[in-house]
Amino acid sequence: MPPAINGTGALAQNQIMPSELNRLTIAEARDRLRRRAISSRELTRDCLDRIAAIDSKLGAFLTISEHAALEQADAADKRLATGDAPALCGIPIGVKDVFATRGIRTTCASRILENFVPPFDATVIERMRADGAVFVGKTNMDEFAMGSSTENSAYKPTRNPYDLDRVPGGSSGGSAAAVAADECVAALGTDTGGSIRLPAAFCGVVGMKPTYSRVSRYGVIAYASSLDQVGPFTKTVRDTAIVMNAIAGGDPRDSTCSTRAVPDYEGALSGEVKGLRIGVPKEYFVDGMQPEVERAVRAAIAGYERTGAVIVPISLPHTEYAVAAYYLVATAEASANLARYDGVRYGLRVEADDNITLYNRTRARGFGTEVKRRIMLGTFALSAGYYDAYYLKAQKVRTLIRRDFEKAFADCDIIATPTTPATAFKIGEKTADPLQMYLSDIFTISVNLAGLPGLAFPCGYDGHGLPIGLQLIGPAFGEEPILRAADAWERSFTPRHPAL
Amino acid sequence: MSAKIITREQVLHVAELARIELSEEEIERLGADLGEMLEYVEKLGQLDTSAVEPTFQVGDPGVLTRPDVVTNEPAPERMLANAPDREGAYFKVPKIIE
Repeated sequence: MPPAINGTGALAQNQIMPSELNRLTIAEARDRLRRRAISSRELTRDCLDRIAAIDSKLGAFLTISEHAALEQADAADKRLATGDAPALCGIPIGVKDVFATRGIRTTCASRILENFVPPFDATVIERMRADGAVFVGKTNMDEFAMGSSTENSAYKPTRNPYDLDRVPGGSSGGSAAAVAADECVAALGTDTGGSIRLPAAFCGVVGMKPTYSRVSRYGVIAYASSLDQVGPFTKTVRDTAIVMNAIAGGDPRDSTCSTRAVPDYEGALSGEVKGLRIGVPKEYFVDGMQPEVERAVRAAIAGYERTGAVIVPISLPHTEYAVAAYYLVATAEASANLARYDGVRYGLRVEADDNITLYNRTRARGFGTEVKRRIMLGTFALSAGYYDAYYLKAQKVRTLIRRDFEKAFADCDIIATPTTPATAFKIGEKTADPLQMYLSDIFTISVNLAGLPGLAFPCGYDGHGLPIGLQLIGPAFGEEPILRAADAWERSFTPRHPAL
Repeated sequence: MSAKIITREQVLHVAELARIELSEEEIERLGADLGEMLEYVEKLGQLDTSAVEPTFQVGDPGVLTRPDVVTNEPAPERMLANAPDREGAYFKVPKIIE
């Protein structure tokens, strides 16, 4: 029995009724599927029924692939009957609409891809499909993954399952909300500046951004290529490890993807934190942060100390420059990546007599305001006369931020911080002020700039019952120690369930 | 730190480079937002980076070459299925050369 960290006692027995199999975790469902106690069709049906019952309120999905999902479930049941069952076989998954899914509409929440049906699967989709996963639908997001609230979707906002007047966070808000509300058992997202960890924190689920280059991006619609990374949303840390086992590893179709051997992430979950050195950076406890967030995060850190971890005060002195560096690097790369949307080979076209006007009008109508705003800033930062002062300067500051972490990891094994300065904000609260919206990512952005793994998971709730997220940061390819430490916490923490 | 005033001409120049037609309202709004963001990123100027190398890439380098072998089957119909306009096996666009 592992030591309890926060003293709330052992995890309550998960009481699941036959009609709510959608509430199961991957590990629980895997066990029942393998024992043939439940079928994937029953499990998938419960997820689809849940979507039908609540998604008009929640708005987590853009496309629901019911027919294909049930076919995949039946195929998984046949496979399970033969005893050949990978961990994800028969498990219903939600997929952020940034991943190319063969034959299933993929919009990136943009009008410019409104009717785009990819002729191929992203590598991570192909891998999960080969394992027998069931894809229930495509989840809502900020257009082209640009945003922190999912309000920048061209189609609809997604709402926070804990309070429908609040945002789920972004940009992968649909995936986070869908998992929190049990519309699927797990989901995939992408994280460029916090787009997995921030919505995981706001929705009270587990979300991980792996080390840059750990997971293939082939077939993932690009936003900022030196920062983008794929990762899971799950109900437990163990489930994140299970999904990572399925998706991590080299890909000949993505030359930026590491060929380094993939460890058994689930096997790393020993529950042991004794002697683990946890760095706590003073720059992540800032003036103006919500007092309940600071209290919950400090209590979690104290819990780790009580169970044998060693707390090490550290400094990441360039933290305050991260948002500025990020918005130059990310927008510059976005301006180049989004140049492909020209109305010629796929996507929206606004007809005109000449090509240049066709491009200009297609992009004017196809892109939303935030996408235009970022393309404008990025184009400016790369334009003649400004490149050195803006883009190159930002990449040099990125080196300073990277070195801060390298120095810190000489004294500690992992770093613990809040995921966000405050819990979920109200819908509409920050839409008029882009800079305030950007500052929501103040604690997550440095991790992308340095290319490190970051894991967000619930560590408490504020006075309104809104989830608070702890963030653990590891050194490059240090997914195992952060998963192990988060799992150790979770063994003695009973997460709440949104009442919907 | 000085407030960044972005002129209408600068906004139109950037929009032209980005190939986006802007409405009058957008010229004003996006110009003001661009100015605000450029003012915010001025803070990077507080740091002396004269002796610092830029970071363009993090993580492992991955595999940069592979054997020159075709691994996907040709599928022109699937590729053209998303075309906004086509003629036969071609994407169709307005005339470029007079």
